[in-house]
Amino acid sequence: MKLGRRTAIVGGVLGAGFVGVGWWFANERDRLGDRSLFNVKPGEAGLNGWVKIAKDDAVIVAVPRAEMGQGVHTALAMLVAEEMEARWDQVRVEDPPEHVVYRNVEILIDGLPFSPEETGSVVDMAHWAAGKLGGVLGVSATGGSTTVRDAWTPMRTAGAIARELLLMAAALKSGVPVAGLVAADGAVRRRDGGVVARFGELVDHVGDLGLMVPPPLKPAAQFKLIGKPQTRLDIPAKVVGAATFGIDVRRPGQLYAAVRHAPTFGGEVAGFALKGVSKPPSKPKGIEEIVIVPGGLAAVGTSWWQAQRFLDDGVDITWRDGPEPKLDSATLWKRYEGLLDTAAPALTRTLGSAPAAPAGQKLEAVYRAPYLAHTPMEPMNCTALFTGALELWMPNQSPTLVRLAAARAAGLAQEHVTVHTTFLGGGFGRRAEVDVAREAVACALQLPGKPVQVLWSREEDIRHDMYRPMALARWTATFDKGLATVIKRQVGQSPTDQFGKRAVGLPGQGKPEGNAVENPPYAFPYYKLEAIVPDGVVPVGFWRSVGHSHTAFFDECFLDEIALHLKQDPFAFRRTLLAGKPRHLKVLETAAREAGWGAKLPAGSGRGIALRASFGSIVAQVAEVEVADRTLRVKRVTCAIDCGPVVNPAIVRAQMESGIVYGLSAALYGEITLKDGAVEQSNFTDYDAVRLADAPAMAVHIVDSGAAELGGVGEPGTPPIAPAVANAVFAATGRRLRSLPLRLA
Amino acid sequence: MIVTVNGTRHAVDVPADKPLLWVLREDLDITGPKFGCGVAACGACTVHLDGAAVRSCSLPASAAADKAVVTIEGLGAGQLHPVQRAWIEEQVPQCGYCQPGFIMATAALLKAKPKPTDKEIDDALTNICRCGTYGALRRAVHRAAALMGGP
Repeated sequence: MKLGRRTAIVGGVLGAGFVGVGWWFANERDRLGDRSLFNVKPGEAGLNGWVKIAKDDAVIVAVPRAEMGQGVHTALAMLVAEEMEARWDQVRVEDPPEHVVYRNVEILIDGLPFSPEETGSVVDMAHWAAGKLGGVLGVSATGGSTTVRDAWTPMRTAGAIARELLLMAAALKSGVPVAGLVAADGAVRRRDGGVVARFGELVDHVGDLGLMVPPPLKPAAQFKLIGKPQTRLDIPAKVVGAATFGIDVRRPGQLYAAVRHAPTFGGEVAGFALKGVSKPPSKPKGIEEIVIVPGGLAAVGTSWWQAQRFLDDGVDITWRDGPEPKLDSATLWKRYEGLLDTAAPALTRTLGSAPAAPAGQKLEAVYRAPYLAHTPMEPMNCTALFTGALELWMPNQSPTLVRLAAARAAGLAQEHVTVHTTFLGGGFGRRAEVDVAREAVACALQLPGKPVQVLWSREEDIRHDMYRPMALARWTATFDKGLATVIKRQVGQSPTDQFGKRAVGLPGQGKPEGNAVENPPYAFPYYKLEAIVPDGVVPVGFWRSVGHSHTAFFDECFLDEIALHLKQDPFAFRRTLLAGKPRHLKVLETAAREAGWGAKLPAGSGRGIALRASFGSIVAQVAEVEVADRTLRVKRVTCAIDCGPVVNPAIVRAQMESGIVYGLSAALYGEITLKDGAVEQSNFTDYDAVRLADAPAMAVHIVDSGAAELGGVGEPGTPPIAPAVANAVFAATGRRLRSLPLRLA
Repeated sequence: MIVTVNGTRHAVDVPADKPLLWVLREDLDITGPKFGCGVAACGACTVHLDGAAVRSCSLPASAAADKAVVTIEGLGAGQLHPVQRAWIEEQVPQCGYCQPGFIMATAALLKAKPKPTDKEIDDALTNICRCGTYGALRRAVHRAAALMGGP
């Protein structure tokens, strides 16, 4: 009888079609997950893999992405809460266990070496294959500004299904048919608004209720949470010092390890000797173990500070140099210049048709960008415990890859490795890497039963990063009445290529970074790109906005040079070339209008504009600078973004400001240089960042173009700032700066 | 050595030159103050020593003996300090790692200068935030000043 009643009630919610745009799987329930999956504790009931309810009336959302400041925990929780009709003040988040349903499919698709402009069967096939691969590999990762794009449909669907289950549970509890019930404001209510049950009162009534067909998702017009500036869920803990970052992990009996790496890239420990003792005692004071880790030496003890001091003063380490122990920056630039002249490109792409006759006038320019370190505020760390199985606590952007690397390093099957992701004290791409995990595992294996927290000093962080590639570009524009051709040859290593080898063991492809070779949005009569991809000993990685971070500088500054050569206003010139791109045009015009483009500025001041589409969003920025006594001051930045549907406008604004400041630090100060095969910089004293006093006033304008596709927001704010500032410097001084960082002296 | 942190006296057996930051983090498990650079360049480790903001990564613990140390955990003495309230109201933190240092530096500033100018704020808050929360942070400093200024 009960079954019949249940079926009848459930039947009331069926019949609506499933809106599943964006799913990459044959079976959309593949990504929903079983209700027992999400660490269901006593007093809680799982509704599916993404959400559970608790008797204290909490709605707990699974957030399998790294919270590194970009607000993903808040944004993801909003997606579920919206469809579930939860109150925002009852929503909490938890890190779910590593499982295939929590994979990020979008990040693989985004990593394909196609321009977003490209379509066709090959591209479609590759997208489909990457989607399937995401399913097979189960990559749980945070990066590429993909999180919300990836979760948009699955997590709203999870919330909608949870809501329907709660309606059914309330119907069973109260005897009121589902058709007479609605979910609103964190409770199941009669249609007249009377509360039938708070969500928390349904914990014991969900039972094994199930739903075969997901209900339709809300149209945007009905959103209550999405599109509005909800408060961030992570802030209360962060203002009282209670948020647990990787460095704050404390396990019983925990030891601390400091690491010193070989100064030259690819170097190793050749040997070491304790200082001041001819016959080593069993253990130096406070040091439990000395461990050779990949590329360095770790000292493990009861105090990190003491272990660090031991590496400074207590041990002589001899190093085996890497393959290029004499490499310096000047040599590397010469090498790149040679490649620029002679090397065959790894990728050539043309747009438009080449003119038949050679043009008259010619404009040439060479642009440079240096290696950059990430320097997140929290230095690299990982805590590992080996007890036969491995347990890791780590601020990381990819628990899947951490688990794989740890399992390989320990010779264990992956199911014997558990990875806990803590809050990240900044990521910016650095925490996609697994190097520190390998070191922590190496230490933990030597000290079974004892948790070991490996922590790097800031000096190790700056000298042993996976850097934003140094890069070089040579532009040639020709003119025949108007602009005739635009040709670019660029040289730079490929982070994706290196990362595949380094983190996963994939063979290198020698292909350029996909987002370093995206097509320009501008309607050039003829455009040709040749990308040269050198190998090299310097490790390169994903630095916030990756290839866009330097190619936007190359592209948007040279575009200004072309405009000025044609005696056109840089904004007006861009408008002409974007006539067929209404979204780009609206973003550009918004930034220019809000910045007061064209209004007079005092002598020594100037405005510069730049536009970049990246990670599915379009961003334009106008920088206003003041140059006095060869000192450059960026006074204000006006930013416009079209990121499609907006989940949380407060976070979009915060991410634009964040991207601007991050990019400005690099544009004004960022430069990693090499000498004797090693990095010359060491700390914030010689690798500085923008501080409060030199942070510009910033205004962010969100442009609604009505586009249906979501864009990312974590990275797209970074690319336009360097060219906007360089273009403003030209407007202020007449000096064209073609190298980063921007130096007037 | 005796150190008094957030009103509690602790006897610690550490080398005299061990920095206060590491005594707090390793010997007392007070992890709100963060390690960022180790050379007093970033301010993530900022705590109060007898009410003044100090960068604890570069201050030997012996210098804190017999003085009152206050960390982010003890700033509000069981409640939210107005600076913390302002930080929530302006939604300042992103990754949040540097924020305890900024909050401690701000609380010390506002004690000395209840209505600071932007220039005074710039001069006092020289910490680094790599997430670039500076816009919201400046608004929060002014808001905290207003919250502390009376009803």
